Amino acid sequence: MDKFQIAFWFLSALAVFSALMVITRRNPVYSVLYLILTFFAISGHYLLMNAQFLAIVNIIVYAGAIMVLFLFVLMLMNLNKESEPQRNKYLIWAGGISGGLLMYVLIAALESPDSPKITQPGAGSIGLISNLGAKLFTDYVLPFEISSILFLSAMVGAVVLGKKGD
Amino acid sequence: MPISYYIFLAVIIFSIGVTGVLIRRNAIIVFMCIELMLNAVNLLLVAFSKYHHQRMLVLDASNTTAGTEGQLFVFFIMVVAAAEVSVGLAIIVMMYRSVHSVDINFLNRLKN
Repeated sequence: MDKFQIAFWFLSALAVFSALMVITRRNPVYSVLYLILTFFAISGHYLLMNAQFLAIVNIIVYAGAIMVLFLFVLMLMNLNKESEPQRNKYLIWAGGISGGLLMYVLIAALESPDSPKITQPGAGSIGLISNLGAKLFTDYVLPFEISSILFLSAMVGAVVLGKKGD
Repeated sequence: MPISYYIFLAVIIFSIGVTGVLIRRNAIIVFMCIELMLNAVNLLLVAFSKYHHQRMLVLDASNTTAGTEGQLFVFFIMVVAAAEVSVGLAIIVMMYRSVHSVDINFLNRLKN
């Protein structure tokens, strides 16, 4: 077992553990913090696959921007007490069993005895910023510009929705 | 690492997200579970882009940029997720102002 495999198993265990913590903590602030941990673990997976640009963007956009937005909203709402009422226990069990069955079916359907390996760390340079940037600004320049319009409309929509009174 | 390990990891994280949507009533937690599912799909896209890149290299050694599209899709998914979160959180804040709760069982009060 080399360093790459140890890192893979550690990051996988961290991602699954913190994802479980996200859905089981009663306090929403803890959920947000564990979700940030999950995003860092997934960024570590991107680094192992030599997708360096996506690893950095994942940390900046998800852990940096989106999760801070979640934290702001949570603290704005003053929900950091045990404000979630107890739900019907049978419904929780039903939800857990449904999710577990979904996982079981997907894994059983996708299992293959001799699955091919993907590359070792450091191999392949498609995830580097030069390659992605060249592709983004030649073949995909129109979707890139359209996404800026999407951001503008989302920003205007958020401001209009968040304005107090009308 | 075999590609199936990444598939299983993504399936497990995705299922945890689905379970979270089913068992939680806090609208913000439900929203966070959707982000979790999006990230599972992103992880799978990156793994398959690496896999495709490697397979195309075997066929044609000069084709060094195969699989770039998968990582660009991940980038666009992140862009759309950021826009979605800003609008969705604004809607949740608006809902909280009117009913003073983020319990999704109160969502049916929007009709009044």
